[in-house]
Amino acid sequence: MTQFTLSRSSVASRVAGGVALILLAGLVAAPWWASSSFLHLAGEFAVYLALATLWNLLAGYTGLVSVGQQAYVGLGGYITFSLALFLGVHPVLAIPLAGLVAALVAVPVAALVFRLAGAYFAIGSWVMAEVFRLIAAQATALGGGSGISLPASVTKALGGKWLREASIFWLALALGAGCLALVYGLLRSRIGLALTAIRDSEVASTSLGIRIGRVKHALYILVAALTAMIGALISLQKLRVSPDAAFSVNDWTAFVIFIVVIGGIGTIEGPILGTIVYFLLREFLADFGTLYLLFLGTLAIVVMLAAPKGLWGYAAERFGWSLFPVGYRITFKD
Amino acid sequence: MELVNIILQGVLVGGLYALFAAGLSLIFGVMRLVNIAHGDLIVLAAYIAMEVIKLTSLPPLAALVFVVPLMAAFGYALQRGILNRTLGGDLLPPLLVSFGLSVILQNGLLAIFTADSRKLDAGVLETASVSAGGLSIGLLPALMFATAVAVIAALQFMFYKTALGRAFRATSDDAEIAELMGLDRRRVYAWAMALCLGVVAIAGVFLAIRSNFDPFMGPGRLIFGFEAVIIGGLGNLWGTLAGGVILGVAQGLGAAIDPGWQILAGHVAFLLILAVKPRGLFPRMDG
Repeated sequence: MTQFTLSRSSVASRVAGGVALILLAGLVAAPWWASSSFLHLAGEFAVYLALATLWNLLAGYTGLVSVGQQAYVGLGGYITFSLALFLGVHPVLAIPLAGLVAALVAVPVAALVFRLAGAYFAIGSWVMAEVFRLIAAQATALGGGSGISLPASVTKALGGKWLREASIFWLALALGAGCLALVYGLLRSRIGLALTAIRDSEVASTSLGIRIGRVKHALYILVAALTAMIGALISLQKLRVSPDAAFSVNDWTAFVIFIVVIGGIGTIEGPILGTIVYFLLREFLADFGTLYLLFLGTLAIVVMLAAPKGLWGYAAERFGWSLFPVGYRITFKD
Repeated sequence: MELVNIILQGVLVGGLYALFAAGLSLIFGVMRLVNIAHGDLIVLAAYIAMEVIKLTSLPPLAALVFVVPLMAAFGYALQRGILNRTLGGDLLPPLLVSFGLSVILQNGLLAIFTADSRKLDAGVLETASVSAGGLSIGLLPALMFATAVAVIAALQFMFYKTALGRAFRATSDDAEIAELMGLDRRRVYAWAMALCLGVVAIAGVFLAIRSNFDPFMGPGRLIFGFEAVIIGGLGNLWGTLAGGVILGVAQGLGAAIDPGWQILAGHVAFLLILAVKPRGLFPRMDG
């Protein structure tokens, strides 16, 4: 009889886990050792990492390719500002509340956009985001089309300059690391098994008794809530919301999609690698303005055509790498 | 009477939306491709028309003689060079590649033509109108609507009465069997995209005569076209015209209540129809 062992970790994955924990500990202490421009950049990195991880969960695993996630980013920001301005809610407390409200909003929205299949779902979700943007532009109490800044009285609730910058950074870190951990945990669980099965074949997973419609619905609502929490945080980073910026398809969806595609869709590592590539490109090429966006669009097309599984997918297939394993590996001993 | 006038203007604008939508409907029908760059291609056609007019001093509508073949050739090359490589069972590649294309077109146009908004001058055509019994019909909107009807009738004729249309329908029904019968699927798709961009050229020139345009107008036009297709029902070109008209009327009524509600009213009409009739008003095929 053949002997075999079953494992879901490797030396690489244990090292990666250790490095991730050390990195996290170093970052938690960052407000004491880093400059405020570093905190700002790292906060933005965490935001994009979280958005990319969530979009990847939706599109990479359940085929729900949304081009309308900016709807929830903007919604989160607007809810946070409304709660803080009209009800005097502490801005930090407003973040989870924004997630809750967004989950409630996502229920009827899902009921509508889920009527559209495949690529039409993508554009339908975009229409939804446009509806949100146009409604926000009508909200005169929140500045209408030109938006509104958070008054100094509210920002003071976050403490002095150092404490405010530090707490916004910690919140970004918590959301970024939290989303990553949540998605990793989710994918290693029973639901993750279902999601991976759906990713690989919808027909086969239906035949195994997975209720695809229900899983997709639940996931869409979860991702909407988390995306709105990130949107709430973004509004605190910028201390301002306006319809065009808060519901920007380029900033909150196009770049996120490029990050996931370039890094590798349908993997945990892909969005991480993609975010690193995106920030490197931005640091070196942002001075070129429109040329930089031309380059980003071209890179996404080239990656999609040459290596559809992205940079990480290509490397993983070639070298068998896996830093955050969600599956099991069987090793036979004869 | 004012209400009748608003509805009438809405119907005529619906013709333009049907022109935005007809190409989208055609390529979805033939190859199930949803092209996110569709709106940006409309804007590209407007800029090409602007350049053609600069070079030849032709009036805008006459410039179509050059713009239509240029766009069609571009469509053929685009399909053969890039989009054909993305077509397979998977939904993601064509969507993402056309999304990348959209960003490239927007920023390419921005780099060449700056963000200034432009307009094509069609002279008296823009202001001429016919009035009767308190109603007034602009010559340009009327011409736009008539063009939409003519384009859709022509596409319909092509689809059901010509060899090319037969090839389109066969490939749409079952691409593999069509290939066994000697059709080259890649070439059929390229012809469909060429035809689509020919229609896009007409839409782009009318857009540029009717209003100002800039490099970032594309996504909005894509969304109007998409709404018209879904309202009308997939696979039905006359339905698409009806969808455009419904969208135009809804926007007109919205604008009459409050100018800020114009676009929103169109989206709301679309969502209502999606809620009541998810497959559109006159569906002929499944998504």
